[in-house]
Amino acid sequence: MSGGLVLYDVPGPRARRRQVILAIVVGLAAAGLIALVLHRLNAQGQFEAKLWDPLVNPSDKNFAAVWGLIGDGFVNTMKAAALAIAFSLSLGTVIGVARLMLGRWTRIPLVGFIELFRGLPVVISIFFASRVLPDLGVDLSGWPGGEGLWFVVIGLTAYNSVILAEILRSGVNALPKGQSEAAVAIGLSRLQTMGIILLPQAVRIMLPALISQLVVILKDTSLAAVLGVYPEMLNAAKYIYLNLDNPIQALFVVGTIFVVINFALSKLAGWVERRLSRSKRSPGQDTDDEVRYITDTAELAQ
Amino acid sequence: MDAITDNLDLFVSGYWTSLKICLIALVGSLVLGTIIAACRVSPVAPLRWIGATWVNMIRNAPLTVLLFFFAFGLPEIGVLGSYWVFGVSALIIYTSAFVCEALRAGINSVSSGQAEAARAIGLPFGATLREVILPQAFRTSIPPLGSVLIAMFKNSAVLGAFGVGGDLFSVSDTLTSARGYAATPVLLGVAVGYLLITLPAGALLALLERKTAILR
Amino acid sequence: MRSKTLIALLAAGTIALAGCGGTTPTESTTEPMTSDAASEPMASTDTPTFEAGTTMAKLADAGKMKVGTKFDQPGFGLKGLSGGPEGFDVEVAKIIAGAMGITADNIEWVETPSKVREEVIEQGKVDMVVATYTINDKRKERITFAGPYYVAGQQLMVAADDDSIIGPESLKEQKDKKVCSVTGSTPAENIKEYLASDSQLVLFDVYDKCADALRTGQVQAVTTDNVILLGFVSESDGKFKLVGEQFTEEPYGIGITKGDVAFCEFINTTLKDNEDAYNKAWDSTAGAVEGASPAKLPAAEPCS
Repeated sequence: MSGGLVLYDVPGPRARRRQVILAIVVGLAAAGLIALVLHRLNAQGQFEAKLWDPLVNPSDKNFAAVWGLIGDGFVNTMKAAALAIAFSLSLGTVIGVARLMLGRWTRIPLVGFIELFRGLPVVISIFFASRVLPDLGVDLSGWPGGEGLWFVVIGLTAYNSVILAEILRSGVNALPKGQSEAAVAIGLSRLQTMGIILLPQAVRIMLPALISQLVVILKDTSLAAVLGVYPEMLNAAKYIYLNLDNPIQALFVVGTIFVVINFALSKLAGWVERRLSRSKRSPGQDTDDEVRYITDTAELAQ
Repeated sequence: MDAITDNLDLFVSGYWTSLKICLIALVGSLVLGTIIAACRVSPVAPLRWIGATWVNMIRNAPLTVLLFFFAFGLPEIGVLGSYWVFGVSALIIYTSAFVCEALRAGINSVSSGQAEAARAIGLPFGATLREVILPQAFRTSIPPLGSVLIAMFKNSAVLGAFGVGGDLFSVSDTLTSARGYAATPVLLGVAVGYLLITLPAGALLALLERKTAILR
Repeated sequence: MRSKTLIALLAAGTIALAGCGGTTPTESTTEPMTSDAASEPMASTDTPTFEAGTTMAKLADAGKMKVGTKFDQPGFGLKGLSGGPEGFDVEVAKIIAGAMGITADNIEWVETPSKVREEVIEQGKVDMVVATYTINDKRKERITFAGPYYVAGQQLMVAADDDSIIGPESLKEQKDKKVCSVTGSTPAENIKEYLASDSQLVLFDVYDKCADALRTGQVQAVTTDNVILLGFVSESDGKFKLVGEQFTEEPYGIGITKGDVAFCEFINTTLKDNEDAYNKAWDSTAGAVEGASPAKLPAAEPCS
């Protein structure tokens, strides 16, 4: 955004000259660094065709198998992410609403639950799901998609539902007090107020944040590769380089796929945000600032 | 529970290692994140591009991929070093993108009238930034910054898979695979360890948030 | 209204995705082997009979079984780009399955990394685990081992031009040397007593990463079982070499449910009766690397 214009005056001729010189120096330095890295990689033979061909050349004998693996991994990544999003959204709504509606003392166990899962690394949550659940006699192996999928989904949901609940809660809290006062004044019950007045508005404000959370969940599916419980995309990359000895190339391709999808999702979030703040239905400028602020916050609470 | 009592020293040393990683990465990512944020709002175009590319690349790639390129890409181009340094650097760089965005959001949330008013009363650029913009931006940034940093503490668990030995998460690996302990008690111990880092951090943050809160 | 549509779309997409969950690729069934690997020669054409109630009878009746193995261990169990895992462990499992009349394509391979092996046996998710699984007392508390079917020995691999490390003892004297192994593996535990400090030990999830680290000079040695190292030496165009003696003995066993003595004895007898197939399996997989000594089926331990 135009953050720059807020901070400094429009530059005069001397400042502009200085900026041009600085720009050239920085540009050259960056280009030089990139050239150096490429040169070093080349010297190590990392651009040799036999390392790249299985990934980029359709006539290579392994090309089909390699992309089959990546394709499977991609589908698995998306499947886990989509399920985790769906469950986190529904569970998150329940938790968020419960936390808002319970009394000061009755919500203590819920807050404890939230703090617990917010404080655990996701990789540990997934590890927990895969090791402790079977120990407790929970058998997921008959579930559609296989138990590995559900370990990842449960681990991701445990964390993200709590985060979504908090996003939703801050959304409701950001609404002007008049909204709930008016609802009470026309005789709505507390649950009705929440369900038909506050929550719809809160969801609307938080939509960009919810979409940003997609990026987070998508990325976190890759933690399954660290544990080896689910064949997602990073796991596919591992089998490729174990068979073909091209770790840098395989990871580069898979990493790029992640960046492209997530970048597109971030752009989508930005687009939704702009559309929302352009429409004038919201109760004033304050809320718009709040929206941007909360959205940024949520995006960051990865 | 003998898995925990027998190996208490391992858990404790794992906790300290993880805490050390977190604290170093905390300082590192705040410093680097501020620099990148400065780039992103700078008047020099290439700096803005570098800042934007940095954020978009790093924020959208999984940390595991970034860690991989540090642990295996850097030695490939002749940069040797300890995996500990590589792992912590990758964590710092990953987090810096989020710190940068938190700070930028803070700067953006200061309404432009503030800077205009500051310039109107004759404050130079440095003073405008120091006296007017940054204090307000910083206060707005505290909650998101806090979330970012707590997320980083948790992300540090992934370093164990990239040659950084001895942290809490690696402890669970050592005990459950090589030594054949049951997973549940070991994981409970590890979970408690991480909560002993993140919960106090969260409490500290809430305190800081209340202290610096502004009426919105 | 717009937001509602979007959420509905999201939800619909999720349901559609959830619906298409088939089997996970971790549990793939092998393609029929085309190589001359020793999967055929057993007397597997007619179904043998077993005493009712035994694991063998149950599996032979079902005509299929689940075997846990590694998917990321070249030479022993490595999942190919397409199809199931290949390697010595996989072939040994096929010999045992064959003796129960189960053909290779009726074996369901389940990926069992080191840290889950006891659990999957205890929870009955697999019928046996053949996964470079070192027999030790701690593990015996939870499962029963058949075999050993192979005795590995731990050794050190260093860069070919490195004369400063001549055995594990060198590591204690030279505190700046780093040695690489796999997280949670037995070799990683064993090497610790030869190190001056824990910080000399670098751990990854697969040995390929260790070999990479040795090539770039990030570590000065890699340690694991000798035959795995030989695989890297033969691939390295003379860049790596082995040094020192084998300083441990790692008997690889086949993990089965604790107390299943009949199954354990059946496995031991089967391996003994099929030594030809066993040797062939070795020669076509892990034993195919240059410098590997021919396999010799070790005497089985008593079942308990």
